[in-house]
Amino acid sequence: MTDMITFHYRISPDDFTRAGEASSDVKSKLKKMGVTPEAVRKVAIAMYEGEINMVIHAHGGEITVNITPDRIEMILADVGPGIPDIGLAMQAGYSTAPDAVRSLGFGAGMGLPNMKKYSDEMEIDTVIGKGTTICMVVYI
Amino acid sequence: MDKFYHSVRLDEELCMGCINCIKRCPTQAIRVRNGKAQINSKFCIDCGECIRVCPHHAKHATYDKLEAMKQYEYTVALPPPSLYSQFNNLDDVNIVLNALLMMGFDDVFEVSAAAELVSEATREYLSENPDKLPAISTACPSVVRLIRVRFPNLIPNLLPLIPPVEVAAILAARKAMEKTGLERDKIGIIFISPCPSKVTYVKSPLGTEHSEVDKVFAIKDLYPQLLPCMKAVGDDPPEIGTSGKIGVSWGRSGGEASGLFTEDYLAADGIENVIRVLEDMEDQKFTNLKFVELSACNGGCVGGVLTVENPYVAEVKLKRLRKYMPVARNHMHAEAEELVKWTKAVQYEPVFNLGETMMESFARLNQVERLLKKLPGLDCGSCGAPTCKALAEDIVRGEAVESDCVYFLRDNVHKLSEEVSRLAAGIVEGDRDSYEKFKVMTKYIERISDEMTQLDRKEGRKRNDGKRID
Ligand code: SF4
Ligand code: SF4
Repeated sequence: MTDMITFHYRISPDDFTRAGEASSDVKSKLKKMGVTPEAVRKVAIAMYEGEINMVIHAHGGEITVNITPDRIEMILADVGPGIPDIGLAMQAGYSTAPDAVRSLGFGAGMGLPNMKKYSDEMEIDTVIGKGTTICMVVYI
Repeated sequence: MDKFYHSVRLDEELCMGCINCIKRCPTQAIRVRNGKAQINSKFCIDCGECIRVCPHHAKHATYDKLEAMKQYEYTVALPPPSLYSQFNNLDDVNIVLNALLMMGFDDVFEVSAAAELVSEATREYLSENPDKLPAISTACPSVVRLIRVRFPNLIPNLLPLIPPVEVAAILAARKAMEKTGLERDKIGIIFISPCPSKVTYVKSPLGTEHSEVDKVFAIKDLYPQLLPCMKAVGDDPPEIGTSGKIGVSWGRSGGEASGLFTEDYLAADGIENVIRVLEDMEDQKFTNLKFVELSACNGGCVGGVLTVENPYVAEVKLKRLRKYMPVARNHMHAEAEELVKWTKAVQYEPVFNLGETMMESFARLNQVERLLKKLPGLDCGSCGAPTCKALAEDIVRGEAVESDCVYFLRDNVHKLSEEVSRLAAGIVEGDRDSYEKFKVMTKYIERISDEMTQLDRKEGRKRNDGKRID
C-alpha cells in the first residue's frame, strides 16, 4: 500500500470564478477519507485563503497536496512578486490587494493570518521578484 | 424507526432506467443497476428532486390516504402556510380553514400560528447565543439531513428548535384531549404536507424522539376535495384563523427570516443553491450573518413536490393574501417556551466515507485516483453512476465493476479482435499448432460476442430512452 497520496492543482491567475475549486476538491476528498471534521475545516480554510492569495497577488501558481495517514501537507508555489515584509503581511487587516480586487470583497488582509491560524505548521519562503512558496501542515 | 427511513420511493415497473434521475440527485444517491434505478438510503435526503425530474413518474412519495381519517374519533387538520398559496384570488384564510372542517375534520390548527411562536423563540436564541451564529434554520428537514451527512462542521450552527409543524402538533393534541376528554390514540393529528421531506420528518424526526403528527396527507390529494368545499363556504366565513403575516410568510423562501427583524440574514432556495451556500459557510466566507434560511425547494415550501401550483405564482398569491393580515397574532407563553426546544441533538453520520476505518478509506481513495486515470472522464452515465468518479468510488466499495463502463468494454472488444486477427494470421492449414490456435480464437470470438451483447444492452437503453427494451 502506498502511504501517501498526492494531488496537483494549477491555479490560474485573475480567475476569481474558479478560485476555491482546488480547496473544495481537497475538502471533499478528505471527507470521504473520514478525516475528522475539525481537520477538514482547517485544511479547507487555510487552503482557500492560500488559493485566493495566489489569484490576487501572485498571478496563479501551483498547489501540491500530500496526504498521509497522519498529516496533510499543502505546498503553494508561485512565481509572483514575493512578499517584501512578512511581518507586516502577517498582521491581521494588512492588505496590498489592488482596489479592483477589494471591491470584489477579497483582500481584507486576512489571508496570511488565517492561513497561520488554521494550520498546525506554516513556513514561508519568499524571494522578491522570484516568487513565494508556502508550506502548511495540518495534523490529522 | 430506521434513522435512514425515506418517503421517496421507486416504482420498479415504471422505471425505464433512463438515467435522468441519477444526473440530478444532489447527493448522488441513485444508481441504475440492471436497468432499474436504486436509491441508496444512506445518501438520500428526501428532497424529492428525482420525483420532479423522472419523465416516467417512476419516483413517488409515500404518505397517507384520505381514508385514514376514519381511524379516529376526532381529527385535527394542520394546514401549512404553503396550502394557502395554492388557490386563486384567496383573500381570507378562513375560507380554507372552514372548508377543511366541511371536508370532515373536527378542528384545525394552523401551522403558521405555531410558526409565530418559533419566530419568537428564534429571535430570543439569536440574541442569547451570539457565539453560535449564524444559526441555520431547521425548518426544512432535507436541509437538516443534508447537513447531518455532508456538513459536520455546521451541525453546531443548527437552530436547536423544533419545526412549526411539530409545535402545532403538540399544541393541537393537547387542546383536542382537553376539549374532548378522549384518549390520545382516539385523536388523529393530521398534517397536510407540501413535500415528502416532511413525511420523512414525521416518521423519523431529527431533534426530537418522536413526532406528535399521526398521519400525513399530500396537498395535491386534498386539493380537489377542498375546492368544492371552499365554494360552499362562500365569501364570508366564520373567523377561525389565528395567524398573522409573520406566520403565513413561512410558506416561502425568506419568510422565516423576515420574522426575525434583522437585516443580517441570508435566504437561499433550491437544493443546488443550498449546497453552494453550505460549502461557503464551511469555508467561513460569510461574516456578520446572524441567520441562514435554507429551503430545498425552489421558492421555499410553496415549491414542494406535493403542491399543485407553480411556486412563483404561489409566492405571489401568498404575498397578496398577507396584505390583509395583522403582523403577528401569537405570542410566546410558558407552555410553548419549554416545548419548542430540541430534546435530541443531531449527530454526524459519515455515510460518504470510502471505508470503515481511516486507513481503509485512505487506501481506497488511492484506488479511486488510480481508477480515475483509467476511466474516460466523460460522465456519460451509461454505467448507471452519475459521474466517472462516482463509478470509481462504487468500484472500490465493491458495488460496481470496471466493465460497467462502456468504454472499458469497447476497449476490451478492440483488444480481443486484434488478438483474433493475430491468431488468424498464424493459422496454417495442416499445421498441428493451428488447431490449438483455432480453439483459442473461438473462445475470443465468444467473449467478443458476450461483451458486444453487454454493450448493446447499455447503448440500447440510452437510445430507447423510455421505450421498454427487455
Ligand atoms: S425512469 Fe429514469 S428518471 Fe425515472 S426513476 Fe427510472 S432511471 Fe430514474
Ligand atoms: S423547502 Fe419546504 S417543501 Fe421543500 S423539502 Fe423543504 S420543507 Fe419540504
